Amino acid sequence: MAERKGMEVSIAIAEAASACDVDCIAAYPITPQTHVVEHLSEIVADGDLDAEFIPVESEHAAMSCCCGCAAAGARTFTATASQGLALMHEILFIAANLRLPMVMVVANRSLSGPISIWNDHSDVMTERDVGWIQVFAENGQEAVDLVIMGHRMSEDKRILLPLMVNFDGFILSHMVEPIEMPTREEVKRFLPDYEPQQRLDIDNPITMGPVGMPVVYTEAKMAAEWAVRDAYKPMVEIMGEFEKEFGRKYKPVETYRTDDSEILFVVMGGISETAMTWVDKVRDAGVKVGLVRFRMWRPLPVEDFKKAIAGVKVLGVLDRHFSPGGPGGPMAQEIKYMLYGQDHAPKIVETVVGLGGRDVNFIDFDQIFDRCKAVLGGAPVPPFELIQVRGGHYGKA
Amino acid sequence: MLELRFHGRGGQGAVTSAELIALAAIAQGNFAQAFPSFGPERRGAPVMAFARIDQKQIRNRTAVSNPDAVIVLDPHILHVANSSDGLSKDGIQIVNTMRSADEVRKEYNLKGRLITVDANHIAEQEIGRVITNTTMLGALIRATGVVEKELLIDELKVRFGRIAEGNINAFNRAYEECCVEEG
Repeated sequence: MAERKGMEVSIAIAEAASACDVDCIAAYPITPQTHVVEHLSEIVADGDLDAEFIPVESEHAAMSCCCGCAAAGARTFTATASQGLALMHEILFIAANLRLPMVMVVANRSLSGPISIWNDHSDVMTERDVGWIQVFAENGQEAVDLVIMGHRMSEDKRILLPLMVNFDGFILSHMVEPIEMPTREEVKRFLPDYEPQQRLDIDNPITMGPVGMPVVYTEAKMAAEWAVRDAYKPMVEIMGEFEKEFGRKYKPVETYRTDDSEILFVVMGGISETAMTWVDKVRDAGVKVGLVRFRMWRPLPVEDFKKAIAGVKVLGVLDRHFSPGGPGGPMAQEIKYMLYGQDHAPKIVETVVGLGGRDVNFIDFDQIFDRCKAVLGGAPVPPFELIQVRGGHYGKA
Repeated sequence: MLELRFHGRGGQGAVTSAELIALAAIAQGNFAQAFPSFGPERRGAPVMAFARIDQKQIRNRTAVSNPDAVIVLDPHILHVANSSDGLSKDGIQIVNTMRSADEVRKEYNLKGRLITVDANHIAEQEIGRVITNTTMLGALIRATGVVEKELLIDELKVRFGRIAEGNINAFNRAYEECCVEEG
């Protein structure tokens, strides 16, 4: 087993991409992702990784370049955040629909305005429909592991899709913590050389990305739906292979101390571990509460989620993004989709927390838990609410 | 668990101090975190950095609001930063100042046991620049004993390479010269 070493998570991610022996990196620096690509450019410049590092002029160009690299059969890696991900938007669909394997890490950050460089999930949540596989890390080790697993998943012949590893900006990206960094040899045993299904080759020309006339577009979209949905099974299989090789276990939906709980919180990403310490604290005081966390977000692990919350009376959902004037936060929306019309479905207390870098602490968890307890006691389910607003909530100021 | 908060100005290396102590603690077999107060870094502006050290895995990722030890890297930052904010019951403050503990406690109404060290003077002599982060670590290790001195010196060697010597000298001098108030 690798030695536990202190390092910044962004640096660890760059080392992980290097350990995956990526062939091409096309990236543009943006806070809080910068240290990832900065360190990768150093690794390449030092000659420690035989790869093409393409310093492009924008994220739009970065993603376009990545499409080209992947289409040519290269193992491809990039990283971005926030406005950078938004600028990639139109190309993200193309990468997915051309079935181009690549791994992109996103150091989740809010979108402007007002201008904010800090952490929430508005960047990734506005990219739910692009057809990528999307997974979330809760600590540095998981981010490293998901980059390694990500390449294997993305390149698996049963999947062949681009994959996004989300890790919270600053909360994780700028954190120095202990990491077990697998060596290149260990990674090589788990991640074989990439053999593209098809690639651009001047001696054997093919066309990628032609126009989809109305007569085929719907079918192409159906194929995209199958592609992402069918990725579930091989992804779970690869998580199992990873556990065999490295001893760390991953599941599409993770739970924490859910036994005997009538109330569960649903969280995602970097606040999950803080939430665990809160759960430990209140459980020590005799209160039964636990956590459910989405590791896999696309494909949406519907059955795993239903199983994880079976028998629970109230779910407190902590979203990190919302749709103004719309149906609230994305996790809550999708949970309602999964549970609508089910007998004995839990009631859902929807909250939005931790926007634009607002610290999410025990006081916030206590407050949300009080709302859940009230609903458990028979109080009407409140509409979705932004917690932590100074000067009162919408409609209640 | 030991929770640390560093107060300094952009460019003084508060984040580096937090990182070095965490790296040394991890090298010693503990668990540790270090992270900045997450802002656009501007030279001279007040900044904070945080660290946590424990024997078991640390999951709390909130900012440190009840520190066990506060490290004040800049003598004048106390005009604008409340270093005593949230200090734990038995908390200590390690202050870069040329004045006595009593004087600074009175002027800034500081809470907790004080450890003072004239880090500006030491850094200027040993490093040639008034960058006090590595110097202050000497006083921190002396006051808390949270990691072995030699492990921290190893981290200084890795981080500073050919300019490590001055930093190690400054670190050692602060370890020896700091004034630790009786508990």
